[in-house]
Amino acid sequence: MIEDDDIELLLTDLFDIYGYDFTSYSRASLKRRVVRLCSLDKFPSFAELRYKVKTDGHYLKRFVEEITVNVTEMFRDPIFYKSLREDVLPILGTKPFIRIWHAGCSTGEEVYSMAILLKEADLLRKSLLYATDLNPSVLEKVRKGIFPLNQMKQYSESYIASGGQKDFSAYYTANYGQAKFDRELSEKIIISTHNLVSDSSFNEFDLILCRNVLIYFDKDLQDRVLKLFDDSLGSLGYLALGSKETLKFSAIQNKFKQLNREKIWKKIV
Amino acid sequence: MEENSVSQHCDVLLIGGSAGSLEVLFKLLPQLKPALPFPIILVLHRRNSAESSLSDLLSAKTKATTKEVEDKDQIVPGHAYLAPADYHLLIEKDHSFSLDDSEKINFSRPSIDVTFESAAEIYGPGVVALLLSGANEDGTHGLLMVKKWGGKTVAQTPESAQMPFMPHYAITHKAVDHIFDPQQMADFINNLS
Repeated sequence: MIEDDDIELLLTDLFDIYGYDFTSYSRASLKRRVVRLCSLDKFPSFAELRYKVKTDGHYLKRFVEEITVNVTEMFRDPIFYKSLREDVLPILGTKPFIRIWHAGCSTGEEVYSMAILLKEADLLRKSLLYATDLNPSVLEKVRKGIFPLNQMKQYSESYIASGGQKDFSAYYTANYGQAKFDRELSEKIIISTHNLVSDSSFNEFDLILCRNVLIYFDKDLQDRVLKLFDDSLGSLGYLALGSKETLKFSAIQNKFKQLNREKIWKKIV
Repeated sequence: MEENSVSQHCDVLLIGGSAGSLEVLFKLLPQLKPALPFPIILVLHRRNSAESSLSDLLSAKTKATTKEVEDKDQIVPGHAYLAPADYHLLIEKDHSFSLDDSEKINFSRPSIDVTFESAAEIYGPGVVALLLSGANEDGTHGLLMVKKWGGKTVAQTPESAQMPFMPHYAITHKAVDHIFDPQQMADFINNLS
């Protein structure tokens, strides 16, 4: 049984000892993740979990990886990707150079989806995709571009639903139950750790994608992160969020205009 | 079932269902009184399709304002909320919703267990939870949590369910206070206050 006060103690430890600030994360989900980890790693009580986190820097890595959600997929919400293809990439294509930021990219399935869209629009050669996350270990997976082969059937269906017309399997090599995506895609991806809670803007982008990350933050942190995105977008840049996230009620909403029914906004000032 | 005659208190009504639950809702929802003094939260297993027509379908059947939940929506009495496809639905202390796209639970996202457990922690004895037709184990753990925190639990009579497995599983795991058919459920809900 883990009490709400226990969670607050743990968050204070994490910040004081390691500088990780989870205090503005949504409590319901965070608590669920801590309870889950406590049972997954078979701690007899919360006190043992807390002690382990405080004293074992190696375990901290696992802790951070497990309490943050790293579930992602390629071409999730195919209609969203269709809109990127049809409404956003033709405009970005008029630029001499395209910079895209995937903030909180996890293991990178969305980054590779984007790279495929760019390649099919013949824009990949003049594009760079910045993939950032607070977990170094998930970024290692982005670097390798290797995903489970048993997911490919579903990804292929989503790819087609997004307007893809090629044979999806042409983008990867299958081996030992894994699908390794082409180097041509991965060499356009720049990987770096970045914590949306504590790190600042590091470049100016034409498109920022941050999908299903803000749902884990409270309203104040959401506002701060949206301001960070606003500061990191060039004029007429695009911001894409998850299907249940919104700019409505945020401090930056008046500077953006939603393109269509998908969660894509264009910066208008 | 004699306590049924005394009005049961309710701060939030939870309804979980899987295969075969829609037709129960189509029968149940139109019979509910307008302006019920508590919110209704629906967690239904369904395919993630691009068009969220389910909330429109349900909306047509009830007098309550029905919406598919978006991140951080505030929970208002008298409204009905539908868990969006492909997200777990959680409840915060300030009675707002949080969404979570972590691993599936019982092969399901949204998982009924996740929402029921979260609501039980926040609303405690004020929870009334209904589990409808389905072919999956989801919901039983959630009902047990609702009971543990002092709430009331109801399962659909397996005989009246298109897919009896889900309510039956809850009943055999002693997670259920009442076993009602859809008509009894409607009467029960209309007597909550």
